[in-house]
Amino acid sequence: MKSRKPFPFHVIVFLAPATLVYTAFMIYPLLDSLRLSMFAPGPGRVEAFVGLANYQRLVSDPNWAPFLWNAIRNNFVFFAVHMLVQNPLGLLLAALLSSQVVRFRAVFRTVLFLPTVLSIVLVGFIWRLILSPIWGISKDFLGLFGAAHLNQPWLGLEATALVTLSLISVWQWVGIPMLLFLAALVGIPDELIEAARVDGATAWQVFWGIKFPLILPTVGIVGVLTFVGNFNAFDLIYTTQRALAGPNFSTDILGTFFFRTFFGAQLQPGNPTMGATVAGVMFLIILTGVVLYLFAYQRRLQRIEL
Amino acid sequence: MRRRRERPGRGFGYWAQVMGAHAVLLAYTAIALFPIVLVVINSFKERRAIFRTPYALPDAESFSLVGYRTVFEGARFDLYFLNSLTVTMVSLGLVLLLSSMAAHALAEYRFRGNTLLGLYLALGIMIPIRLGTVSILRIMVGLGLTDTLWSLILVYTAQGIPLAVFILSVFMRQVPGELKDAARIDGASEYRIYALIMPLVRPALGTVAVFTMIPIWNDLWFPLVLASGERTKTVILGAQIFLGQYVNDWNAVLASLTLAMVPIIVLYVIFSRQLIRGLTQGAVK
Repeated sequence: MKSRKPFPFHVIVFLAPATLVYTAFMIYPLLDSLRLSMFAPGPGRVEAFVGLANYQRLVSDPNWAPFLWNAIRNNFVFFAVHMLVQNPLGLLLAALLSSQVVRFRAVFRTVLFLPTVLSIVLVGFIWRLILSPIWGISKDFLGLFGAAHLNQPWLGLEATALVTLSLISVWQWVGIPMLLFLAALVGIPDELIEAARVDGATAWQVFWGIKFPLILPTVGIVGVLTFVGNFNAFDLIYTTQRALAGPNFSTDILGTFFFRTFFGAQLQPGNPTMGATVAGVMFLIILTGVVLYLFAYQRRLQRIEL
Repeated sequence: MRRRRERPGRGFGYWAQVMGAHAVLLAYTAIALFPIVLVVINSFKERRAIFRTPYALPDAESFSLVGYRTVFEGARFDLYFLNSLTVTMVSLGLVLLLSSMAAHALAEYRFRGNTLLGLYLALGIMIPIRLGTVSILRIMVGLGLTDTLWSLILVYTAQGIPLAVFILSVFMRQVPGELKDAARIDGASEYRIYALIMPLVRPALGTVAVFTMIPIWNDLWFPLVLASGERTKTVILGAQIFLGQYVNDWNAVLASLTLAMVPIIVLYVIFSRQLIRGLTQGAVK
């Protein structure tokens, strides 16, 4: 050990409380959870070390693997819908809100962000009512376009439930990419845009030729935030489809799978160590996404500097 | 505000663009508001009117508070509300206090491991605390804190610290050094200097407060796992359970949704300027 100067006392006073609470209730549980994923209930109340056997069980045991892969696949569909609908829609709304010709921008901004501050539990239930065949609101809506006959119990069908839930989630969260993109767009210096306008560029050309390349870093941030949020999602599915993520597990994502494994549901008893294992898989997936983003982001920064 | 010079030659194409932009925004505004408004207006109607004329405002004939009556008889929403308020406010206070202290130290003092500690505290921005739930439940059982509001407060404080420290330290680095040096020359202690800086970063504190508050108030996961007892239910957990039990009582469902939504909407309308300014300026700086 090298000799080190002792910290000045006041620095410790400032740093210790936050560091201690954060370490005790966030970092330690995350690490301890990874440790628990390598144990299994042994005889009595003692837990025995089993190495990576839980993970092996999770990916290959016929009692576990189909559920895991199903949840991962569904989670990627959930993520894909957000990337294809939520983020482009957020970008469109931000582009409109940053336009000087639009009136009442502050009002639009406030109203469009409103769904984002509501609890997912409430949002899930509101949409369940609206899509409910008993109330018939979605039928009336389709009727406006002469397509009432296309109405279906969207949340009750295996083929449509997952995409419907993804779109409900998009409805709620679109405010986040919208505001992040808006912040980036507002930050672009006026001179750049004026220069292009003077050269005769259309609004469309200005957007894709100048603005969009300049907000690429925000595109990256929005992407990674979407990824982390989606692979950690739980509340919406749990509220609308219950812990079993019906119909027939067609809306099961990693969050609901984790909850069921840990706490149990109906016939299946809870299993903390297997729950920790599912959390370990989620941890790996999220970490991979974040690391990929950091690599891509760093590379792009270098390119811009060159 | 930025201004752009009036440009001549605004033809049909220009006005088409302006109209198009407003049309898209209005259409999406309708999509964003319609479900909320529909639930609120129907919560004040009697059952038949909900189904017969869902789009009409309640009138003398259809007006009814039966849903609200069921809610107040069937669940202790006043208690849940108090629980949510306690948990959110205490966690928020702790997050702001602890994070501002840590951010101040990171921004102000040079010491060995400063950058490393900053990175360590930032880890939690990207990694969801939910993944440590199995272990968190064990800790809370060990501490005898299950089914207490303290279990939630401790978890939410830990959850809020990473982003709060990150945002606050960015802002605190912008406070001019001369100010602090002048105070030091006047004999102010390091603690006094921290107290002097706080009012200067008030906008940042406001931003952090809103960011911290919303996920805590809206959380379902930890109340479900750590504090699902009747005495410690939060509004969201209470609503979730109530909605599950009364799923076929449309009046009660609509009333409880409205009750759980309205406080947040009112708070949002009051603080939306702060929140949006924070999101569009502070957070991405």
